[in-house]
Amino acid sequence: MIRLEHLTKVFNTPNGPVRAVDDVSLELPEGEICVLLGPSGCGKTTSMKMINRLIEPTSGKIYINGRDTDATDPIQLRRSIGYVIQQIGLFPNKTVADNICVVPDLLGWDRKKTRARAAELLELVGMDPAAFMGRYPKELSGGQQQRVGVIRALAADPPVMLMDEPFGAIDPINREVIQDEFLRMQQALRKTIIFVSHDLDEAVKMADKIAIFRSGRLEQFASPDRLLANPANSFVESFLGSDRALKRLRLVRVAEAMLTEFDALRGDDPHARGKVVLEESGLPFAIVVDENGRPTGCLAGNAEAGVDAKVGDLARPVRATISTDADLRLAVASMFAQDMPVLPCVDDGGRLKGILTYRSVVKSLASAEARE
Amino acid sequence: MDIIWFMTGNLGLIGEHALRHVSIVFVAVGIAVVTAVPIGIAITQSKAAADVVLYFASMMITVPSIALFGLMIPLLSPIGYGIGYVPAVIAVILYSQLPIIRNTYTAISNVDPALREAAVGMGMSTFQRLRQVEIPLAIPVIMTGIRTAVVMNIGVTAIAAYIGAGGLGTFISRGISQSDPRQLVTGAVSVSLLAIAIDLILLLVQKLLTSKGLVEESRQ
Ligand SMILES: Nc1ncnc2c1ncn2[C@@H]1O[C@H](COP(=O)(O)OP(=O)(O)OP(=O)(O)O)[C@@H](O)[C@H]1O
Ligand SMILES: [Mg+2]
Repeated sequence: MIRLEHLTKVFNTPNGPVRAVDDVSLELPEGEICVLLGPSGCGKTTSMKMINRLIEPTSGKIYINGRDTDATDPIQLRRSIGYVIQQIGLFPNKTVADNICVVPDLLGWDRKKTRARAAELLELVGMDPAAFMGRYPKELSGGQQQRVGVIRALAADPPVMLMDEPFGAIDPINREVIQDEFLRMQQALRKTIIFVSHDLDEAVKMADKIAIFRSGRLEQFASPDRLLANPANSFVESFLGSDRALKRLRLVRVAEAMLTEFDALRGDDPHARGKVVLEESGLPFAIVVDENGRPTGCLAGNAEAGVDAKVGDLARPVRATISTDADLRLAVASMFAQDMPVLPCVDDGGRLKGILTYRSVVKSLASAEARE
Repeated sequence: MDIIWFMTGNLGLIGEHALRHVSIVFVAVGIAVVTAVPIGIAITQSKAAADVVLYFASMMITVPSIALFGLMIPLLSPIGYGIGYVPAVIAVILYSQLPIIRNTYTAISNVDPALREAAVGMGMSTFQRLRQVEIPLAIPVIMTGIRTAVVMNIGVTAIAAYIGAGGLGTFISRGISQSDPRQLVTGAVSVSLLAIAIDLILLLVQKLLTSKGLVEESRQ
């Protein structure tokens, strides 16, 4: 757990004092990721560097797991905190393995064990240890350097990590990949993480809590969903942008938003039953499933047919389905792209679990707001 | 032809003088490294100190060597070292300060601040940071300064023959006083060859000391 109490930093510059951080208090529970977010120069980096005492606060206190950081030797403190700097900062004179093992080596850990751990960590981020352990940083791509920068901070298994725009120097596609990788690792590792970003999408994706800063002051500290649903003031609201409702889509899973009470048709149902189901549901389409419960087609309300026609003869193929584990952003994208106002939601086995309609999406966002 | 006959006939003597020459330069530059590298590192902490130190080191190098030797005779005579090996070594130590201090200072100040911050932020002490990061990164430039000092002072040491320090300069001073071109040329050629040979050896040492991670395009 990390607790900041009335943290303030004033830099004395030739042009007078600069209040880089102004009376910031917050508390981050163990195992959570807190993203510090805000415009350039708002004090994110300064706040972070006070935690590992690269910058001494002007006033205020910092506690890590209840311990006052002022009472800890700064060198010991830093070795117990994983640190990823914005510029990656791999040491060009050291191999990848030696870079990863910097802190374990400083701590005097057994060399064989730490090298084995380095290999494990490389594998965790999809880099072949045999190929990469002996390489030098200049022999890595930007994305690989960034990965090594992150696992270097993890090598001594610190309970707390500080990450200053760790995925900043990388193209958007690779960034998504590394973010996903990192979130997967965090699922298992449960580190307490302070993460600086100036990218709202990244913050919404990574954070358990977001801290919004403006010129040194903490404007709001809340979960992403709560932040997007209820911005505390007009600054936060304009910072989040007028499309913040759309940003919330990625926070809701399909399983939470889909309708589960509906009638599915079978291919050998008579068309008359199809018509009844469509009328009762009020939806433009009804989903047709096979004997295993997998969606095979959809029946439109305007399908013209004789009295003894079967549903299976009239149904059109389903153009898209969505996994119940996916987020609503993906689901809505697929509804738009495939023109599917009724989207079948399926489990891992491809079996129909529910349906998503535009109305159900809107309703689930509204109910999330009501939960707050 | 005469000159070559002289050289081949005196190979033993040339070797002896060369050894003496090298011993003056290496002992002196060795001592200079021990003083100049720490000074070069220390002055990265203060721009003002750096300016003062580099100013005096530059002044030092503008004093002609013959004048420096002349100055040392009265200064060191009371302790019995007015001439010979000791003043030669002292002169070389003084002349070596500027190239080594300046290159160390430049190389350490040019270390990427992000690497310094990463080192400190990961919990290295000042000494660990210097040993593991800053000095390894600075080694190529520091070694270049040492090579400059060595080559330059092989020349200075040749002149130290006039204060009885021995070395290859002995051929030159005798060649001049005896109007003997054979000795003169032998001295001049062997001093040059020595400078080239030692510079190449030190270049090899520099390559060995430099991390493979710092070499540009090592692979084809
Ligand atoms: N060493 C310093 N001396 C003087 N002023 C400083 C110093 N470091 C930071 N500042 C000032 O403090 C304020 C906050 O800086 P900080 O680096 O924390 O911003 P940031 O939120 O990380 O911005 P960015 O997104 O651009 O990295 C800025 O106005 C900056 O100019
Ligand atoms: Mg910053």
